[in-house]
Amino acid sequence: MGLTLVFGVLGIGDFAHGDKMGWGMFLAFFVVSAEGANLGFAGGRFGSLSFGWGLIVGLLVAMIGVALISVILERLVFRRLRAAGGGFFVFAIASLGISIMLRAVIQLIWGPSNFRYTPGIHPAIEILGGIKVKPDQFFIVGVTILAAVLLYWLLYRTRFGKAMRATADNPGLAEASGIDTNRIRIGTWIIAGFLGALAGVMLGLQAEVRFDAGFRLLLPLFAAVILGGIGNPWGALIGGLGVGIAQEVSTQWINTGLKPGIPFVIVIVVLLLRPRGLFGQVR
Amino acid sequence: MEQLIVTLVTFDGAVNWTVGFLTTVAIFAILALALNIQWSVGILNFGVAAFFMVGAYVSAVLTLPAPEGLEAYVAGWGIPIPVGWLFAALAGAVLAILLGIPTLRLRDDFLAIATIGVAAILRSIANSVEGLVNRSRGLNGIDGFLEDQVQGGGYRWVELAIALVVLLAVYWLVSRASASPWGRALRAIRDNEDTAKASGKNTVKFRMGAFMLGAMLMGLAGAIYAHRSGTISPLTFSDLLGTFFVWTMLIVGGSGNHRGAVLGAVVVGFFWFGTPLIQESLPDWLGSRVFQVRQLLIGLLIVVFLLWRPQGLLAERDRVSRFVTRGPGDELPDGWLDKAMKRLRQRSAAQSPRS
Repeated sequence: MGLTLVFGVLGIGDFAHGDKMGWGMFLAFFVVSAEGANLGFAGGRFGSLSFGWGLIVGLLVAMIGVALISVILERLVFRRLRAAGGGFFVFAIASLGISIMLRAVIQLIWGPSNFRYTPGIHPAIEILGGIKVKPDQFFIVGVTILAAVLLYWLLYRTRFGKAMRATADNPGLAEASGIDTNRIRIGTWIIAGFLGALAGVMLGLQAEVRFDAGFRLLLPLFAAVILGGIGNPWGALIGGLGVGIAQEVSTQWINTGLKPGIPFVIVIVVLLLRPRGLFGQVR
Repeated sequence: MEQLIVTLVTFDGAVNWTVGFLTTVAIFAILALALNIQWSVGILNFGVAAFFMVGAYVSAVLTLPAPEGLEAYVAGWGIPIPVGWLFAALAGAVLAILLGIPTLRLRDDFLAIATIGVAAILRSIANSVEGLVNRSRGLNGIDGFLEDQVQGGGYRWVELAIALVVLLAVYWLVSRASASPWGRALRAIRDNEDTAKASGKNTVKFRMGAFMLGAMLMGLAGAIYAHRSGTISPLTFSDLLGTFFVWTMLIVGGSGNHRGAVLGAVVVGFFWFGTPLIQESLPDWLGSRVFQVRQLLIGLLIVVFLLWRPQGLLAERDRVSRFVTRGPGDELPDGWLDKAMKRLRQRSAAQSPRS
């Protein structure tokens, strides 16, 4: 959702979004892990969830951290490029360069190994009909829905959201109507950063904390955005679900190793059949 | 790549390293030129690694003998190596057509996403489909062109010669292409697609043509790479080395300009492949992290050049055709090298006796 927001509002295909998720993941890990324990954050668990206050604090740190990174990058890089009249190409290449840098820094600090927020195996509990679900997964789904609702409220029920949508449609006109488009852009980056960090931490909770996990998710992410229609947060949510389910279900019929190819196939099919995505608006 | 790392302590070592380095740089320069052709019409190809990989694999399986024992790959017909190169180029073009049909008509950004995806999917196919290309074991024992004709240890020179000859041919080809009416149409489409359309140019066709030409050259570079290194595996064609690295060369050297692409390949290549040489002499805290630092610097190079020197070391010369002279003020600013050359020229003009 963060990606589609940046894509829609700023016209930047942010290839660094995956690595920002990676940063979120690792910032939270930093707080949860031993270094964090020295600062007095670790310990404790909520009921049957595998984490405690440490992860909540970590999540906040990660969200603020990633939003900060995004804002700094907007100030240092994207605003200058925009002033120089750079088009989509320049933004895309710049964000690729940034993506490489962000990943390299993660590797420099934390090394190439994998981590988990909490060591050990977390047993799944049975719910209806023998389907096994980990308690953490309830938490993840809940947080995702909450984030989607909040984003919807922000975009369609506040003045700021209105201004954001105006900037997306026509930056020149928005500026002429007295909207501070620079502030809107910064705001968009901050929200996208929050969402990216959130996604990163959830991913780390669900799977493992890896330096390239974010980057590996980049293609499924773009696939979800394209499937849902660029710039449409609900579309991104549904698209994300669609891509995720397609990937997992596909392993019934095809080689598991080919799973990463599914998002790509989805992208191509959507582009051939309905380039504006499932929920894309006609402009 | 890392087999290039030899210590430079002896003269022979230094010569060997330089020959190997130049061969690698020549191959990457071909990639950069190919990317430049695509870029010159505004195609954002983030999947160079895919075309590079297809070329390498196609040429390898066609020229290898039939698989034995644990080996399992298709073809294995043992055809002559130059024919393998030809098929590698064709395979690149076919991939470009398949990718171009759904994406080239649409928004520019979709092609970028599709190409980044095709590299990932090809790697996962090569890795996981049994009996196609040996999966993650990769293909080994790929012969070099004319390798059996050369006695003793002189083959590395032949490799260098092959790479350089192909590079020169490619350079000649792309320069001719750019200078032709076709190349002019490409630049026109990049600079203003609507005007180009209004002038009756079928922009989709032109873009497809440029995409295919670039893809063929990338396939060719892949084939040369495969026969040169003798062994390839899905890991060889990572996004970092196969794609972003080539983009860095183009951005640093000067996009839209063939001399710049080659210069970028030399400069960035020296930076990348030269780092292991100084690793030993670095303090331990840095030496052990030199590969990550190198990666960080590659990303930094892209961003820094886009911000402060978007035209690269050598700027693209703004021209319509060599028959049309431009008025003052139309030119892009000089690059560093241009300025240095001018200064040299002025100095030598000042020193020479006036007649």
